[in-house]
Amino acid sequence: MTAKLEVVDLECIRGDRRLFSGLNLSLNTGQIQRVEGPNGVGKTSLLRIICGLSLPESGDILWQGLPIGAQRADYCSGLAYVGHTHGIKLELSPLENLRLQVALGVADTELNIEGALERVGLYPFRSQPCRTLSAGQCRRVAMARLFLGQARLWVLDEPVNGIDQEGVREIETLLESHVSHGGMIVLTSHQPLCMDLPAVRTVRIDP
Amino acid sequence: MRRIGLGTALLALTQRDLTLAYRRRGELANPILFFVIVTSLFPMGVGPAPEQLRNIGPGVIWVASLLATLLALEALFRSDYEDGSLEQITLSPHPVSVLAFAKVAVHWLITGLPLLIVSPLLALLMQMDSSTMKTLFFSLLLGTPTLSLIGAVAAALTVGLKRGGLLLTLLVLPLYVPVLIFGTSAVHSAAHGLAVAGQFYALGALLALSIVLAPIAIAAALRASLN
Repeated sequence: MTAKLEVVDLECIRGDRRLFSGLNLSLNTGQIQRVEGPNGVGKTSLLRIICGLSLPESGDILWQGLPIGAQRADYCSGLAYVGHTHGIKLELSPLENLRLQVALGVADTELNIEGALERVGLYPFRSQPCRTLSAGQCRRVAMARLFLGQARLWVLDEPVNGIDQEGVREIETLLESHVSHGGMIVLTSHQPLCMDLPAVRTVRIDP
Repeated sequence: MRRIGLGTALLALTQRDLTLAYRRRGELANPILFFVIVTSLFPMGVGPAPEQLRNIGPGVIWVASLLATLLALEALFRSDYEDGSLEQITLSPHPVSVLAFAKVAVHWLITGLPLLIVSPLLALLMQMDSSTMKTLFFSLLLGTPTLSLIGAVAAALTVGLKRGGLLLTLLVLPLYVPVLIFGTSAVHSAAHGLAVAGQFYALGALLALSIVLAPIAIAAALRASLN
């Protein structure tokens, strides 16, 4: 089954400022959609609208041809979002954080949860509270969420913020392997992430 | 791809919130301490005359428990909102209203239930006899979950605001008034040996109504706050 994400004639207004209007995108399996633009232009707003967290002023987000609002449960089961905030609890360990993520969404095995931490290089820290981890490591915990429940669509807001150069390369590899296995990614990044992949398409939002 | 059942999800969220509450147990004691301190100051303030204490007792205990509930409300969604967990909860395939209900249930377990447990002791302090004490206990048992549910709607509405505390109080107090009136009235009636069924029916109705409607309002308010 090929999946398709479409953004049709999207308009977003925040406060009394129009961020963008008439925005169209279409993303197929195996593709990465990069959203570019200067700060404050509405990149995060666009990603949040794609996730269904914010409502657009007008326009639609279609998943397999249907508006996401009409199939929220199905759409959310195939979606993984990493935003500006990590969405992890500092009082809990990485393992506990990921377990909750699984319990709230799509079933996964304990082995996979540990595997996800292994992939982001945090397996040795799996049981200590996230409070004792560095900002970059917390970011990695947030990224580990992506590997749970076989989410097909990844929406990433500045995924490599605060991650070291070595980590950025690792994450590039992970993104690459996701799209080569039929996944799809929408991301914003100020760093030239995955730029040399053929699957990357770029849209620029201008003020 | 197998989605997790709603029951498991609820259980996991409840367990997480209880774990978090346990790991931040310093904050946990605030509402109950407030409740005990406020109530025990009254006999010293107004004098220890048993007749007087019996008269003001129901009102004092009910008002103190109402304010203690309010004290813990602001934090209900705050930390989840700030660290992005709320976004992740909203993105779960399960209905947000049901997940929010689990959070409110935990809020009641860690604030309402302790109030309930110490209330007989404070009733003794207020010179209540055993049947009045029993009425007080059951009126709080019916009333405090309603306070948590109604308060959670206001907490969800104000979670996105920088200083939502005052607004939260203003929003919530008028809605708390019926619960307070029926709660204290039940205890007063019991103290005078009158029937209390009417007030209990009203408290039960308020609780049933808020169990059904509040989660829907909370979910809508959370979505609006995240928008």
